[in-house]
Amino acid sequence: MSRSTPLSNRIENWLPRLVLAPSLLVVLVAVYLFICWTGWISLSSSMIVPKYDFVGLNQYVRLWSTPRWHTAVFNLFVFSTLFLALTTGLGLLMAILLDQKIRVEGTLRAIFLYPMALSFIVTGTAWKWILNPALGVQKVVNDLGWTSFVFDWIAQPTFAIYCVVIAAVWQSTGFAMAIFLAGLRGIDNSVIKAAQIEGASLPRIYRTIVVPMLRPAFLSVIVLLSYIAIKSFDLILALTNTGPGSATEMPSTFMYSATFRRDQMGVGAASAMMMLMTVAAIIVPYLYSELKESRDGQ
Amino acid sequence: MANNAASFRRQHRIGRAVIYGSLFFMAAFYLMPLWVMITTSVKHLDEIYAGSFIGLPQQITFDAWRTAWSEACNGTACKGLKPYFINSLLLTIPAVIMSTGIGAINGYVITKWRFPGSNVIFGLLLFGCFLPFQAVILPMAQTLGILGLAGSLPGLVLVHTVYGIAFTTLFFRNYFVSIPDELVRAAKIDGAGFIRIFVSIMLPAALPIIVVSCIWQFTQIWNDYLFGASFTAGENAPITVALNNIVNVSMGRKEYNVDMAAAMIAALPTLFVYVVAGRYFVRGLTAGAVKG
Repeated sequence: MSRSTPLSNRIENWLPRLVLAPSLLVVLVAVYLFICWTGWISLSSSMIVPKYDFVGLNQYVRLWSTPRWHTAVFNLFVFSTLFLALTTGLGLLMAILLDQKIRVEGTLRAIFLYPMALSFIVTGTAWKWILNPALGVQKVVNDLGWTSFVFDWIAQPTFAIYCVVIAAVWQSTGFAMAIFLAGLRGIDNSVIKAAQIEGASLPRIYRTIVVPMLRPAFLSVIVLLSYIAIKSFDLILALTNTGPGSATEMPSTFMYSATFRRDQMGVGAASAMMMLMTVAAIIVPYLYSELKESRDGQ
Repeated sequence: MANNAASFRRQHRIGRAVIYGSLFFMAAFYLMPLWVMITTSVKHLDEIYAGSFIGLPQQITFDAWRTAWSEACNGTACKGLKPYFINSLLLTIPAVIMSTGIGAINGYVITKWRFPGSNVIFGLLLFGCFLPFQAVILPMAQTLGILGLAGSLPGLVLVHTVYGIAFTTLFFRNYFVSIPDELVRAAKIDGAGFIRIFVSIMLPAALPIIVVSCIWQFTQIWNDYLFGASFTAGENAPITVALNNIVNVSMGRKEYNVDMAAAMIAALPTLFVYVVAGRYFVRGLTAGAVKG
């Protein structure tokens, strides 16, 4: 008896760690080891099957001398800038409008949010059809009498990327709105009341008092949206399939086709590492500050 | 003075009209694709080619839905979406249950049984939420091959469970933080152990976050395309892969009504979950994303 108590105590002490250990192990392998593994492939001469020799930064040199990759990086830049600006702006606008004691708030919120429940493959399929010049928006406007109206961005190499922006913004605004709305609801109403009594107009109150108070919500929205932008893969496949030509190629689609279609596994792995580094540059400082804050708060 | 009040009221009315007007305009824009998908899916093909994408159907027919469900071709076979729909169910349900269960117990340990280094472990787990999956696809394909799970549904279940742990742990961690530590301490004094406290105190209190985690995981896994396309082949593909193949089959006249019906079928389970439990969905998204 006197011996079994310390033993069971010791088990009690180690049990939490034992329970957490498998998850930790799985994540160490499936995230961190696999990242190193991909990094290794990116330094090898792998083509169709992985090889584990060492050719230095050759694959990275090849990657950066591929015009298609330049298109992908440029598109990612255009897409993320517009996607971030539009989604954040529209989401904030929606949240502010919904915060004005609207009678049908619940219904409107549901309407703005439902696209989030859909997969990008579904979204892409629907928007491909709406943006199709022969049957979609262009035809409707033409049939209404404005016969010279042209809206064929999806078939134009220069403009197709903006179609991806439209569909992605449509899909993600509700998400930004939900976070901003939660932020707005967390703001003390008496601050707004006091400013109102002093005669400040509502837009002014929002611009100078409320929006600056939403800083944490802005940070969350921007971090999560940048992540969605870098990952965006299925939407492009379903909407434009990286076309016309390779006009809507993105790093995510580039990686996939280099690896699985064009037998350039090394280049694919190098592009994946470039994506990872971009994400890490955004996420790691964010996670660090979040975790540090929560520790300080306790 | 009275004049002033009247002009103020008028201004207020105009302001309200602008607010409602813009909200309803945006609502129409956000509903449009759903409207287009539904109406197109019940139109005859001839009507689609003759008319525009936005009008009401003259005659409602469910032929396109039947074709999409049981006959549509995806390049390799013409069995419709049905087998792939079942695949998605078979892989989503176990992956959701497993990742949620693991997340629950991880969150419990991280918040209520802190030990030196548990915060570091949480940080390591958290990066998994933001991992671009392209960076792990090649090693994962190799590993699945070594495990003998390449191209199979169990392999895909494993992948989704593994990469779901980061998010589910985050959910439960953020939720359990708000449950007072005193409760756990009191239970320990009463002689309750690690497992007992989890089962009879934490789990019953965790119901809302269990719902959140299940909805989130269900949506993520059901909607996944990258893993499905990379790790399965042919008959084992999930519904998103099959849908994309059906839509991209380019033989004969494009059957837009079948495409839209197929897209609706692929979207129905997540839409259903969202309609039934959407309030929790919003709460789940904002939990931890904004510091209250």
